[in-house]
Amino acid sequence: MNMIQAINSAMDVMMDRDPDVVVMGEDVGYFGGVFRATAGLQQKYGKNRVFDTPITECGIIGVAVGMGAYGLRPVPEIQFADYIYPALDQLVSEAARLRYRSAGEFISPLTVRSPFGGGIFGGQTHSQSPEGIFTHVSGVKTVIPSTPYDAKGLLIAAIEDNDPVIFFEPKRIYNGPFDGHYDTPAKSWAGHPEAQVPQGYYRIPLGKARIARAGEALTILCYGTMVHVVENTVAATGVDAEILDLRTLVPLDIEAIETSVKKTGRCLIVHEATRTSGFGAELLSQVQERCFYHLEAPIERVTGFDTPYPHSLEWAYFPGPVRIREAITKIMKD
Amino acid sequence: MTGPEDSDGAPASAGRNLPPLRLHVPEPPARPGESADFTHFDIPAAGSQPRPDEAAQPAEMREMAYGLIRVLDEDGRAVGAWNPKLPPETLLRMLRYMALTRAFDARMFRAQRQGKTSFYMKSTGEEAVSIGAALALARDDMCFPSYRQQGILIARDWPIVDMMNQIYSNKGDRLKGRQLPIMYSARDAGFFSISGNLTTQYPQAVGWAMASAARGDTRIAATWCGEGSTAEGDFHSACTFASVYRAPVIMNVVNNQWAISSFSGFAGAESTTFAARAIGYGIAGLRVDGNDVLAVYAAMRWAADRARANGGPTLIEHFTYRVEGHSTSDDPSAYRSAEESTLWPLGDPIARLKQHCIAQGIWDDERHAAMDRELAEMVRDAAREAEKNGILGHGLHHPMETLFEDVFEDMPWHLKEQQQQMLDEWKAAGL
Repeated sequence: MNMIQAINSAMDVMMDRDPDVVVMGEDVGYFGGVFRATAGLQQKYGKNRVFDTPITECGIIGVAVGMGAYGLRPVPEIQFADYIYPALDQLVSEAARLRYRSAGEFISPLTVRSPFGGGIFGGQTHSQSPEGIFTHVSGVKTVIPSTPYDAKGLLIAAIEDNDPVIFFEPKRIYNGPFDGHYDTPAKSWAGHPEAQVPQGYYRIPLGKARIARAGEALTILCYGTMVHVVENTVAATGVDAEILDLRTLVPLDIEAIETSVKKTGRCLIVHEATRTSGFGAELLSQVQERCFYHLEAPIERVTGFDTPYPHSLEWAYFPGPVRIREAITKIMKD
Repeated sequence: MTGPEDSDGAPASAGRNLPPLRLHVPEPPARPGESADFTHFDIPAAGSQPRPDEAAQPAEMREMAYGLIRVLDEDGRAVGAWNPKLPPETLLRMLRYMALTRAFDARMFRAQRQGKTSFYMKSTGEEAVSIGAALALARDDMCFPSYRQQGILIARDWPIVDMMNQIYSNKGDRLKGRQLPIMYSARDAGFFSISGNLTTQYPQAVGWAMASAARGDTRIAATWCGEGSTAEGDFHSACTFASVYRAPVIMNVVNNQWAISSFSGFAGAESTTFAARAIGYGIAGLRVDGNDVLAVYAAMRWAADRARANGGPTLIEHFTYRVEGHSTSDDPSAYRSAEESTLWPLGDPIARLKQHCIAQGIWDDERHAAMDRELAEMVRDAAREAEKNGILGHGLHHPMETLFEDVFEDMPWHLKEQQQQMLDEWKAAGL
């Protein structure tokens, strides 16, 4: 399966298992979603469980919060992560706090799916990576898969989870892994080991990182599309780096990070999102606090620049192989 | 073309030969020191409004959004098509609940002034909106209130000691001292957790109603906001969703004329009514005398019956007046005429129902005075009971480490770590 098919399969499996699961969003019903993620679900489960919504993100999430309070398990879609901001009040002030402020009387078991990330010439409003906004909010979990296998298992776990989950899907790798070499032909998921996806139910627990590549010389923390860019760049440099695909940002798999950095003594953080106050800053701070006496070099970050996401200058902005290689060289010098 | 033009045919801009544009900034009829005047309000006679069938199409009942449904006339008689013809025991229950709400407000306001808690908000003058609604709904219908519908909890016989425990944030507070006073949550009373963020409950109520409909349930939802917060985007998204999916929901706008210091003109009241907002969405809209509990009851009952029959949503504007300050942190004499509340043409909801009950021969002044005394004692006793669990800032609160609970269903490692760090710091400090 490619990642879209895996995501579709996760919703299909959960809708079949649990009559409380409902899917909603702009164009998700009859049409099956602008990325085809919900194709066939309305036909199979009916309009009471899979339905198109008006174009109002605050309404989509607000209505989903009310459905969750009733006892349903909504899976709302925000068409692009760049358009999640109108729903921020409902996510931050309501979904994230409902359990806390009602001392558990009401809960928000939502899974908010949203395509995110760049690398597709999406310009300013089809490329953003706003995960750092949500990791800063207490009460929501933030999940970002990087493979079809993980996407299905993590999405099933997210839907089953009784806390609100922001599930960001790196749209650059919906149809195939992306190594950062934009000038070479696109690859498909066919033949990729992580594209072997079981048809039925399985779950990958939230809060657990995946070792994408085991190594001894350097720890690289990344997630989403960047896992593939980092894997490819590491292979080209020949450095024996350990690549951690974090998969869940909150709650973070701190044990996996600490174990790896204490082993390697070096740490590089890579994400597409802008640098200042990005999630990388939290990772850097955690590593510094926990692994200070094991560090043999300063912790480095390769991230998007602190600018809006540009259109024609996308490959100057994108943290691609050139920038990652330079950072690896710098960090290995000490 | 008759106007001045540029050489390319476009109208000439201001400054050449046109009057300057003017920005209209609304101004309330009376400021402090000025005499209030409500003569510009068009108050139709009680009983003059027609009562459309519950199945009527929104387009057939546009005038309901501009009129004012009124049942109780100046002599306390219940008149017209909207008279719900309630039995005496229901009338007296309504009267008691409204009086209890007012007694509760008086006691808790004083508790705040005595330093027993940080904050309180009264609903003086608006008791009918909550009590009339609560009695018209089924107990298992879910209410999504704003912060000024404490009357719903009282009308659903929620223990007032429990409400006070919340206000005192004490060890008896079911919300564990996490919420600002009056932000109740009472799932068992069909009372949704109150949020400080205005009108977020509107789309939530619509979603709850949609869920009930999708499940083939028979329960409906009702929600409330003030006229000021109809300006929030959530109001629009909720109306759109309610209309699109014909959700079984009642959306109440409590137009008490004031949003803190801003008069209703800043929410758009100079140009139209709030009930008329419904027309554009294709929703049934009713405008009601919010100080007439029988009218409130009748309108809510109409809307509830309509929703239960899959007739879709109703938007009800309750026309009333916020008699007191916005909250214990507010002094209304800084922005409005002190005369206003005494001149308010729709009177006091309790006095009006009392007059009706007396006119019906089921009540008298002596019984009313006795009831007020009894309720004041009851509230005083409840407050003493609640104070045994502690008042704000006097130590009898939930254990400090509970502040980390319920952020998530299970406490993740980083919260456990912060919890332990806090306990270690307090211990190290010898506390």
